[in-house]
Amino acid sequence: MTRTTKELAIKRLFLFFALLSLFILGIIIIFLFYEGLPIFQAISPLDFLFGVEWYPTYDPPNFGIGALIIGSFVVTVFSTIIAVPLGVLSAVYIAEIAPLFVKELFKPVIELLAGLPSVVLGFFGMAILAPWLQETFDLPTGLNILNASIMLAFMAVPTICSISEDALYSVPKEFKEASYALGATKYETIARVTMPAALSGITTAVILGMARAIGETMVVLMVAGGATAVPESIFDSVRPMPASIAAEMAEAPFRSQHYHALFATGIVLFLLSLGFNLVADYISNRFKEVGSATL
Amino acid sequence: MKLRYIKQSAFFFVVRLSAAVIGASIAGFVIYLAVKGAGVISWSFLTEHPRDMMTKGGIMPAILGTFYLTLGAVVIALPMGIVSAIYLSEYAKQGPIIRIIRIGVNCLAGVPSIIFGLFGLSLFVVFLGFGSCILSGSLTLGFLILPTIIGASEEALKSVPQTFREASLALGVSKWQTIYRIVLPNALPGILTGSILGIGRAAGETAPIMFTSAAFFTGKLPQSIFDEVMALPYHIYVLATAGTRIEQTRPIQFGTILVLMALVLGIDLIAIVIRSRFRRKKRW
Repeated sequence: MTRTTKELAIKRLFLFFALLSLFILGIIIIFLFYEGLPIFQAISPLDFLFGVEWYPTYDPPNFGIGALIIGSFVVTVFSTIIAVPLGVLSAVYIAEIAPLFVKELFKPVIELLAGLPSVVLGFFGMAILAPWLQETFDLPTGLNILNASIMLAFMAVPTICSISEDALYSVPKEFKEASYALGATKYETIARVTMPAALSGITTAVILGMARAIGETMVVLMVAGGATAVPESIFDSVRPMPASIAAEMAEAPFRSQHYHALFATGIVLFLLSLGFNLVADYISNRFKEVGSATL
Repeated sequence: MKLRYIKQSAFFFVVRLSAAVIGASIAGFVIYLAVKGAGVISWSFLTEHPRDMMTKGGIMPAILGTFYLTLGAVVIALPMGIVSAIYLSEYAKQGPIIRIIRIGVNCLAGVPSIIFGLFGLSLFVVFLGFGSCILSGSLTLGFLILPTIIGASEEALKSVPQTFREASLALGVSKWQTIYRIVLPNALPGILTGSILGIGRAAGETAPIMFTSAAFFTGKLPQSIFDEVMALPYHIYVLATAGTRIEQTRPIQFGTILVLMALVLGIDLIAIVIRSRFRRKKRW
């Protein structure tokens, strides 16, 4: 084999492997739809999405995942409310304020949190946070929206913090220097120059943090409580979509309506998190940080 | 004038407070679980089978199962990931194909882990007929960590200075030899770091293995890749939720948590140490 043909063969082979990721994404979509779509012979897509009666084992069964979707959104929104201030301000601390040795210590700690298995967080919420919430607020159960939101916030904080931090770092130094030269204090520089310049990166961070929270399974499975009703307060139990899939898949008879309904729930969850990721991708590409050269 | 500095102090206080809340809760969290678990850990806990409806005995089969699943995932994802990254970073020219591959990798990275579980169930367990076994679980986990490995490897390859490649090519060395002899060795520590982080993720995931390989209890150790296994994360989940003796098995739960945490955080720590050592030794 001559050198050129060998080189070409290697290049082709590598392209094949690079295309595999795309192929995997493709077969994930195909199999989700293949197993999920049959449910729509039994129920219309609208009733499936907006029905709030999820009684898959009743006779006749009811497959409305409205309450599950609401459950997913509620825990995602509340965890975002908790995680965004903590994550973004921690990023500001690391990028702008912390002394070097604190920074060297704090960053690995955040990375360790990112690496903590979700089942460990779920266990903590279940075994420690839940009894405490139950006693403190005098509730029937500590497994509820509040508990799930707090534990999910812990999952979202590392994502939000590290991406926001990158965004803050990528703000050109000249911006800050110009602000200081005009007599602005460090706070004024952070609040009116650095943060606005990093806004698209921070927005991306928040959206990816939300994507992480909405797709997370073990935490909501273990601490959200599992009630399929539409919640009325943050102390109510909910059953977000991933929890429903994980809890019921083992019991659903193979290729039954229930089985197909769970795959269809998977389709909804997949499309939602795909949406979050595409929006994040769009924002980070569309609103690239303005470099000093473009001003 | 003074108000501006009061504002600044207030803001700094809030910022420091947030960082402190995060730092303190992570530390408190890890230390609490470690202390609770430490009392349970013993040689027999690590080397024995569970006994008496899982209320006594050890977790050895679960440790072994997690080891097999993780090893399988790495064997599948590492070569695929590194080769994809080499294509994206060294061969690909800007264009629609690259843009699409990149979006694909990003989307794959964002797929929730439970969706990987459903996918593994429908493709490997049912469609290909592997059943619930190590092979199905490893393939599912391998696909899950593939984007992590691609991303880290690509970044590591990109950080090798262009001049290295040019110098090699100028000497008449072919492109593949340049990549193999010059680019890869220099990118290796970075690739290693990213891959190890991927391994940590694979070891700690529960949702993808629930329907594809994990068993509540196995009487004997797996004999082949077509056997079901117990796994640490799944063991924690079932003991904490599905068992009829949740309170009785609480010590075992804390012990298993500590073993899993030590395993995953230990793996991550190795990656962090390799990276910081490498950064210090960097020659360019």
